[in-house]
Amino acid sequence: MRSDVGQFDFVSPASLDAVLERLAAEPGVHTPLAGGTELMVALNTGRLQQHSLLNLQHLSELRFIRVEAEAIHIGSGTTFTDIRRSEAIAIDLPLLSQAASWTGSVANQNRGTLGGNLCNASPAADSPPALLAYGATVTLVSSHGTRTLPYSDFHLGYKRTALRPDELLHTISVPTGWSGYRQYIRKVGTRNAQAISKVALAAMARVDGDRTSRVIGDIRIGAASLADRPVRCAAAEAAVRGKLVNETTVRAARTALAGEAKPIDDIRSTATYRAHVAANLLEEFLRSLVG
Amino acid sequence: MSLVQLTVNGTRQQVDVPPMKRLLDVLREDLALTGSKEGCGEGECGACAVLLDGVLVNSCLVPALQVNGSRLCTIEGVSTEGRLHPIQQCFLECGGAQCGICTPGMILATQHLLDKYPHPTMEQIQEGLAGNLCRCTGYMRIFEAVQEAAKVA
Repeated sequence: MRSDVGQFDFVSPASLDAVLERLAAEPGVHTPLAGGTELMVALNTGRLQQHSLLNLQHLSELRFIRVEAEAIHIGSGTTFTDIRRSEAIAIDLPLLSQAASWTGSVANQNRGTLGGNLCNASPAADSPPALLAYGATVTLVSSHGTRTLPYSDFHLGYKRTALRPDELLHTISVPTGWSGYRQYIRKVGTRNAQAISKVALAAMARVDGDRTSRVIGDIRIGAASLADRPVRCAAAEAAVRGKLVNETTVRAARTALAGEAKPIDDIRSTATYRAHVAANLLEEFLRSLVG
Repeated sequence: MSLVQLTVNGTRQQVDVPPMKRLLDVLREDLALTGSKEGCGEGECGACAVLLDGVLVNSCLVPALQVNGSRLCTIEGVSTEGRLHPIQQCFLECGGAQCGICTPGMILATQHLLDKYPHPTMEQIQEGLAGNLCRCTGYMRIFEAVQEAAKVA
């Protein structure tokens, strides 16, 4: 059943400060709405619980890609199309560029924003695995000031984030300088466009040593749909860091990943399938390191 | 209610609607432009796609307030002076339209695609139309129509 649109309040504050003032004045009452690709679906299916919405879509203050020496800073109101168009992101953060390209369809990428995607906090979202692998940080703003935290601390549980009721996600900062790393991302879903992931993995590794002894100097793995939130796979990373790339290491990585994965059964897939395929993806990546 | 002013297919319009009313419903109910169709109502099928300030969007996911001051092109604005646009002509000639529900969105997605890539590869065509579902044609005739349109547009 569709919602009665007449029952929803929706206003466009003139500036970011005006948005933050509204959020501070009545914490928890107002919900920001940017591209609408998630909240409008909830509205159309009668699931939208929030009845007072604040428009962010017109705020150019939140829509930017700023390239600095050691990081690319992305405004929360930046669309997936903006991300795909960024040459700097394509070169320095190819996993994020790739994830943006299979987020929804072209029409959804034209509206949907990175900040909205992260705040919607789906465990299956496309951009989080890449952001986790790159070790991104997020900056949250409120009328009282700003705070920055590792993106890996942003998701607290299923659809729960570290955002306080008066806070807004402002910037996603992603470290660059990965030229020594092999990078990998793969989404397993019914199809790339529109389909929500059954499971997805982003991984990057620096391989040290010569041809005869290739050692994994560093590895960073982010996953979607392996837990109630997007997760960094610390156990799998620890299992292979400093190890030679060989059969023993591949088996250890699979075992460690299976141990830390906590997927669920749902309409898109089963827990067993997700855990197994995630291990296959990790194995695929590890084997590519010796190629 | 919110007063929303916008230019639709070159004509200035003003509507007084609930701010969260879907652009799709504003078009169909308030402006009597019923070319844009509702398929899924969840942004997955592309039947309601229109060009908003030149950019392809699903009108079922756009609240009315967000189009204030915008320029909109719907399927009704694609042809000029009663003559089909080359994209429409190619869909017609190649059999790219059958039941017609997806066609308005397909045409606008094609227009958006050809604006970006005047000579698209098959991969670009498939990706550009991946958000538009068609239950009749099996897509091949649509892809053919887009390739033909790229030659003549």
